[in-house]
Amino acid sequence: MENDTIAAIATPVGNSGLGVIRISGAEAVKTADRIIRSRSGSGLDLCKKPTHTASYGFVYDGDECIDEVMVLIFLSPKSYTRENVVEISCHGGMYVLGKVLSVVLKNGARLAQPGEFTKRAFLNGRIDLTEAEAVMDIISSENEFSRKNSISQLKGSVKDLILDLREKLLSECALIEAALDDPEHYDLSDHMDILHRKIVEMINDADKLISSSKDVRFLKEGIRVAITGRTNAGKSSLLNMLTGYDRAIVTDEEGTTRDVIEEKISLDGLTLYLFDTAGIRRSDNEAENLGIEKAYQYLERADLILFMIDSSRELDENDLGIFEIIKEKQAIVLLNKSDLKAVTDINTVKRHTDRKILCISVKENDGINELKDSIRELFNEGKISDNNMIYLTNERQLDAFTRARDSLLLVKEGIEKGYTEDVLTVDIMDAYGHLGSVIGQSTEDDLADRIFEDFCMGK
Amino acid sequence: MTWQTGYLKIFVWVNEMEINDYEVAVIGAGHAGCEAALASARLNKRTICFTVSINSIALMPCNPNIGGSSKGHLVRELDALGGEMGKNIDRTFIQSKMLNVSKGPAVHSLRAQADKDSYSASMRQVLQKTENLDIKQAEVTDLITDENNKSVTGVRIATGIIYHVKAVIICTGVYLKARCLCGENITYTGPNGLMAANSFSSSLIEHGIKIHRFKTGTPARISRDSIDFSKMEPQYGDERVVPFSFSTDPDSIQKDQVNCYLTYTNEKTHQIIRENLDRSPIYAGVIEGTGPRYCPSIEDKVVKFSDKDRHQVFLEPEGLNTDEWYIDGMSSSMPEDVQIRMYRSVPGLENCKIVRNAYAIEYDCVPGMQLKNSLEFKEIRGLFSAGQANGSSGYEEAAAQGLIAGINASRFIDDLPAITIDRSEGYIGVLIDDLTTKESFEPYRMMTSRAEYRLLLRQDNADLRLREKGYEAGLISEEEIEKLRLKRKRIAEEIARLKKVIVKPSETLDHILSSNNSTPVATGISLEELIKRPELSYEKTVDIDPERPDLSEDIKEQVNIDIKYAGYIEREKKQVEQFKKLEKKLIPAGIDYDDIKSLRIEARQKLKNFLPESVGQASRIQGVSPADIQVLLVYLRTKGI
Repeated sequence: MENDTIAAIATPVGNSGLGVIRISGAEAVKTADRIIRSRSGSGLDLCKKPTHTASYGFVYDGDECIDEVMVLIFLSPKSYTRENVVEISCHGGMYVLGKVLSVVLKNGARLAQPGEFTKRAFLNGRIDLTEAEAVMDIISSENEFSRKNSISQLKGSVKDLILDLREKLLSECALIEAALDDPEHYDLSDHMDILHRKIVEMINDADKLISSSKDVRFLKEGIRVAITGRTNAGKSSLLNMLTGYDRAIVTDEEGTTRDVIEEKISLDGLTLYLFDTAGIRRSDNEAENLGIEKAYQYLERADLILFMIDSSRELDENDLGIFEIIKEKQAIVLLNKSDLKAVTDINTVKRHTDRKILCISVKENDGINELKDSIRELFNEGKISDNNMIYLTNERQLDAFTRARDSLLLVKEGIEKGYTEDVLTVDIMDAYGHLGSVIGQSTEDDLADRIFEDFCMGK
Repeated sequence: MTWQTGYLKIFVWVNEMEINDYEVAVIGAGHAGCEAALASARLNKRTICFTVSINSIALMPCNPNIGGSSKGHLVRELDALGGEMGKNIDRTFIQSKMLNVSKGPAVHSLRAQADKDSYSASMRQVLQKTENLDIKQAEVTDLITDENNKSVTGVRIATGIIYHVKAVIICTGVYLKARCLCGENITYTGPNGLMAANSFSSSLIEHGIKIHRFKTGTPARISRDSIDFSKMEPQYGDERVVPFSFSTDPDSIQKDQVNCYLTYTNEKTHQIIRENLDRSPIYAGVIEGTGPRYCPSIEDKVVKFSDKDRHQVFLEPEGLNTDEWYIDGMSSSMPEDVQIRMYRSVPGLENCKIVRNAYAIEYDCVPGMQLKNSLEFKEIRGLFSAGQANGSSGYEEAAAQGLIAGINASRFIDDLPAITIDRSEGYIGVLIDDLTTKESFEPYRMMTSRAEYRLLLRQDNADLRLREKGYEAGLISEEEIEKLRLKRKRIAEEIARLKKVIVKPSETLDHILSSNNSTPVATGISLEELIKRPELSYEKTVDIDPERPDLSEDIKEQVNIDIKYAGYIEREKKQVEQFKKLEKKLIPAGIDYDDIKSLRIEARQKLKNFLPESVGQASRIQGVSPADIQVLLVYLRTKGI
């Protein structure tokens, strides 16, 4: 939908001192006004502020104060998207930023799709026409990616819960619709109590998933790729090379620890988080061992390990240690420096591992495409995935799921207030639709099909 | 005089007279044809309406009623736009009932039993009395277009005579290559033994039009003397009858009504059917056409819902001057001997005599994706199609399309933009949009659940939604539109007043609240707030509202609904705003989808097949994802559209 109000975190993910949440759309200012108050707790009346002004205030979630912020107002058409835009500069780290975003989403905005601000800017004539192709490609590659992955991203139990909720909602709705369509045939009297009970159960299930998801919400989506190997094997150069692959989409992110560098890259719609771990070597230095300890942890948590071996040197005990680790993990072994004279060759390495081995030269930019192909292949074969994440860590999915829960709350309220079935089905089908977008399924014609399947209709 | 070299007609000497008296030709005089012809003639187009039999004008070959769930909405909308069906059933009904009154206003639905003969006769009279309209008994065999097949120029009838016209409306119902099946007995006729139209489909195919084959069916008619009504439950009409038409004075139509009756099938019935399934043309594979899921034959019900030990059967009279009764719920294509045993197993029908057998009918129709939402063909200008010929089912669905096609044929000739109804404006819009954007594999029936803005599209406000369109089209008089505008004004004024009036706590108020189990109020409260409470209403608050103006029932109803459902109505209105934005983004006719590289291949193919008129329409085509729509929007923008 166009021109509804959208919001997202506009600054790169990571622990920085400041973070900006951008809201765009007709209701942008109103949304901000609903959640931001002055120090004394009174409203700021943002709707009356002129364009290009900054206001100081505090973001509230109900009565809970979350962060101290600056609010910048850009009124249409003098803004990035040419719509009303509000930018909220927050002071906290990722956790607070995420919390502010969730308050914004609760108060009238929906989470922006990838590239949506840019798309709006473009559609509203803000961006040069030559950028159109790029915008279209971003939209379609993101779509391709989420279409392929939205279901596989879900853990089995979560997926089962969502499918189960959808199934229940559809059959409830089909019963009601059958009765509305053919009132002389199907009777709904006394059904409201049953429906109420079922809806309350569904809300409880949904709430459980939402609260457990919030705990892990800021784990990022994507495939975690750890680059490891002895010091000076060429790890950093590889990282630089990979991140240079598509600068337009790269967002540089600082790692959460000082000794692990993290970069996010996009590989044909796949999001990879690259961790450049500290060089692995035995040491008596306690501090250094701590760093290495951390590196091992990252290897443990990685979905894929890229093991760099310097082919111009002999294998040592550190390399042998890593061979042990990758026995249990998905990994690709990279024999670097194929431009130099080989001391360690592919046959030597083969004796230690059955993982895929590629000869590359980071310096000569040789073999990099084969590496990318190999990563894609592993993903396509389902050998690596981002399935390791628990619950709904994908923000979009959580957003859609929360909307489904909210629709269910409206159904419950509606029954309690004595609303009629024709009204209740509006929210039931809304919930059904939101659940569908969590798992990437559309709702088109499901209901009509279901009515005919389950109920003997007509004369 | 010339040799005609068409298919099957080689060496037939044809008298090729040419007639130039008409501007619009309507093919068929069923419910779609009647509305189309009336609309066209009333808009001052010289119109000719062809029918294979003058006795089949506005024939009701299946169920003897008009309206019902969601179909009642269609009739109301049709009436608001200036159609005839609502008025005609108000003249000829013999029982009437508002369905779903215990449920919300969005699903209230009016249904009336018709006296079939009177219904047809009355409609025929209206047609005959309408200026600019001639009826002609003839089979149309050929469509005639210009040499590029881009514009329609006329039709040829079986005798060879050519009628040159500017617009043609296909309303052929179930008559194209019709074939009726009753067990092993197959006849090549339309309903009731009427002549089928066997040539016209081939002519359509020759003009590049795609054809589908659909199937539907009807139950037996049984003579009254042979029915034992004492074993059935009577079904009564409403005490106070509500008219279909906004122009009918309710007081003028209160009359004695007939009863219908309810009985049930039983295990014995089902056993007879199961034992003879191999003789059913559907299960024996003789029927090629696709039948509707919502209107299953009794065979289908027994097979598909085998866990049900009984099915409802409604007995409905076919009219006051015939003793035939319609056996609603037991349509069938079983052989006659099975039918007799099957019907006789039902309580009350033990000694029944079948006057007309149940049968299934197969026919050719035109998949709706070839049409714009004006119901004009995308590829042939001036050619329109409406009704069952478009793959819909039901008298009401047919009539609604007929009216739209009739209006737009006339506007086409006058070079005026088409009048269309979108999904947010009416069930007619939902109907036509579904027919034109969805690939359908069965006859399409309207259902309230198909309307996404159901709370806005109520049968009670069809006039408020659509009268202005009818006026714009030219089918609604100045007087009628003034009446509507006054009504709209009164409603708005009354709602505004109710928001302002604050009721102070009083004995009367306490009494109203306590007798309705409503929470007491401590301070003043607006009337609007009180009416919003589910347990209260506009009517129930009359005693605490001394200033209340004297308003008609229909205005009171609107005020009450608008206030009670305000939250949901507002929500749907917002959704409609979003919806309208995409509807208004038109896609130019010559667009090259292959040029849009980022579109997925499936989406590209679907878009090429359907050639949607707007981005909104494109978004509803199955196989076109939201991301494809985004891509399309960006592309259109690059082209400066």
